[in-house]
Amino acid sequence: MIQGILVEGLVYGILALGVFISFRILDFADLSVEGSFPAGAAAAAAIVTAAARAEGGAAWFAAAAPFLAVAAGFAAGGLAGFATSLVHHKLKVPPLLAGIVTMTGFYSINLRVLGGRPNLPLIKNNPLLDGARSWLGALAPPDLALLAAALLSALAVAGILDLFFHTEKGIAMGALGDNEASVIQVGVNPASLRTLGIVLANGLAGLSGALAAAYQGFADVNFGAGVVAAGLASVMLGELAIKSHYIGVQIFRVLFGSILFRGLMYAARSWGYLAGITPNDLRLLTALLIVGAVAVSKYAIKRTKPSRRGGKA
Amino acid sequence: MIRVESATVAFAQGGGEDRVVLKGLSLEVPRGQTVSIIGSNGAGKSTLLNAIAGTVPLVSGSIVVDGRDCTRDPEWARAAYLGRVRQNPLAGTAGDMTILDNLALASRKGRRRLRLAVTPSIARDLAGRVAELGMGLENRLRENVSKLSGGQRQALTLLMAVLSRPSVLLLDEHTAALDPANADLVSALTKRFIAEYGLTALIVTHDMKRALDQAGRVVMMHEGRIVADVEGAEKERMGVPDLVDLFRQARGSDYAEDRDLLR
Ligand SMILES: Nc1ncnc2c1ncn2[C@@H]1O[C@H](COP(=O)(O)OP(=O)(O)OP(=O)(O)O)[C@@H](O)[C@H]1O
Ligand SMILES: [Mg+2]
Repeated sequence: MIQGILVEGLVYGILALGVFISFRILDFADLSVEGSFPAGAAAAAAIVTAAARAEGGAAWFAAAAPFLAVAAGFAAGGLAGFATSLVHHKLKVPPLLAGIVTMTGFYSINLRVLGGRPNLPLIKNNPLLDGARSWLGALAPPDLALLAAALLSALAVAGILDLFFHTEKGIAMGALGDNEASVIQVGVNPASLRTLGIVLANGLAGLSGALAAAYQGFADVNFGAGVVAAGLASVMLGELAIKSHYIGVQIFRVLFGSILFRGLMYAARSWGYLAGITPNDLRLLTALLIVGAVAVSKYAIKRTKPSRRGGKA
Repeated sequence: MIRVESATVAFAQGGGEDRVVLKGLSLEVPRGQTVSIIGSNGAGKSTLLNAIAGTVPLVSGSIVVDGRDCTRDPEWARAAYLGRVRQNPLAGTAGDMTILDNLALASRKGRRRLRLAVTPSIARDLAGRVAELGMGLENRLRENVSKLSGGQRQALTLLMAVLSRPSVLLLDEHTAALDPANADLVSALTKRFIAEYGLTALIVTHDMKRALDQAGRVVMMHEGRIVADVEGAEKERMGVPDLVDLFRQARGSDYAEDRDLLR
C-alpha cells in the first residue's frame, strides 16, 4: 500500500512537474495536459504493441522498445504543447482556450494512436515494467524494484529540471512568467521562450503518461480526465508543506506534494466509507483540496508574507 | 548613434480620426552624446522613446541605430542593442527572482544558452558591479528583488540596462517615482554610468535643472514635434529661466506660468 502510494506519487509527480512549469513558472494556465498526458500513454502503448508484433530481424526494436516508448511519450506530449503554443501565439487565443482546443483535438488523435480503441491493454506485453524489474531486480528486492524505478525516474527528471532552471535559458524562463518585459528587455523573443516552456511542460506530462500506462498496465483515452486538477493539487500541497523561494526546493517539493496527494486519495478510498465518502466523491475531494490549499496559503501570506512565487495561487 | 527620420506615430481613438502623437519628428544623436528631452505632459516624449524601442509602431519614417535600420524589428530584437529604464521601478526587473539572477539575466543580450547562468566567477564579477551602486546590495545577492526599496530597485534596473553596454540608453523619467534623495542618487549613478561606459543616451525629464546639468544637449518637444534644440556653448549659457523662456517662444504663447513644464 505505502509502496503503491509512493510509486503513483512519483509517476504522477512528473505530470505535476509539468503543471508546475506551466502554471507557476510560466504563469500559463494550460489545460492541454489533459490531452498530452493520455497522448504520452497512447504513444508509448502503441510503440510497445508494435514492437511485440514486429517479426523477423526486429530484435533491436524489441530491445529498444522501453526507451522508444518513454521518448515517444515525451515527444507526443511535447507535440500537444506545441499545438497549444501555436494556437496561443499565432492566433492570440488566451491560454485557457488554447489548452481546451488541444485537449479536445488530441482526444481524437489519441484514439487513432490507440488504433481506434479507447483502451489498449499491456498485460501480456509490458517491456517498461519488465525492464524495470529485471534491471533493478539485481539491486533491490523484486517487490521494491518498481519503487526504485519510479524513484530514479522522478529524481532524474527533477534533477535535470533543477539544473535547467540554473542555466541562462532557465533563468530567462523564470523571469518570463514573472515579468515579460524584463525578458524582452534583454533581447529574448518571449514567444519562442514560452513555446519551449509549454513544450517542456507537456512533454513531461506525456512522459508521465507513458510511465503511468506501464504502471497501470493499459493506456486509455480517458487517462487525462482530471489530471490538471490532480497536478495542481499536488503542486499546492507541496507549497503548503514546504516554503521556499529556491527553485531547486520548489521542484522537489512538487514530487513530495504529489506523494502527499496520492496518500490523501488513497486514505479517502480506503477509509472514506467511515465518513460516507465513496470513490465517486474523489473529484469533489480534489476540488476541495485545491480550494483549501488556496485559502490556507492566502491566510498564511497575510501573516507571514512568504515570497510571492511560493504563495500565489 | 541613433537617427530618427520623420517619425510619425498615431493612435486610434474611439471613433473619428486617429490621434497623431508624433508628427514627422526627426532627431539625430551622435555616438557618446547625452540628450535631455523636455516638454509638457502629452508632448509625445514617452511615445518617442517607445517608438525607438519598438513598443509602438511607426506609421511612417524610420529608426536607424548604429547605421542599421531597425524600423521593422520587433521590440525584443531591438532590445539586444538598446538599454531602457522606465518610470515604474517594477517594470524592468523580475521581482520574484534574486538580485543575482536578475543581474545574470541582463549581463548578456540576445539568445540564451544552455549553460549555467551564475558560476562563482560570474557571481564575483556581478557582485563587484552591484557594489558600484554603493547600496550594499552586494551583500543581498540571494534576496528577491521584490524586497528592495523603489530607489534600490531603480538603481538595479539602471545597472542592468547599462551592463551590456547598449548602443543607446533610453531613460523615461526614471527618477520621477523616487523621493528626492533617491532621485539624486539614481541621477548621479546615471551620469556616472554614461561617462564610464561612453554611452549614447536619451533622457526624458521634467526637471529643468537636471535636464541642463546631465546632458550636453537639450531637446524640447511640444505636440509631437521638436520645437527647440540647444547644445554646446549655447546650452552652457542657459539657466532654468532661459529654458522656460525658450519654451514660451517655441510654443508661440505667453502663458504666465508653465506648471507642467516646471514641475
Ligand atoms: N498607447 C496609447 N494609446 C493611445 N494614446 C496614447 C498612447 N500612448 C500615448 N498616447 C497619447 O499620446 C500623447 C502623448 O503621450 P506621451 O506619453 O508620449 O506624452 P509624454 O510627453 O510622455 O507626457 P508625460 O510628460 O505626461 O509623460 C498623449 O496624448 C497620450 O494620450
Ligand atoms: Mg511620458
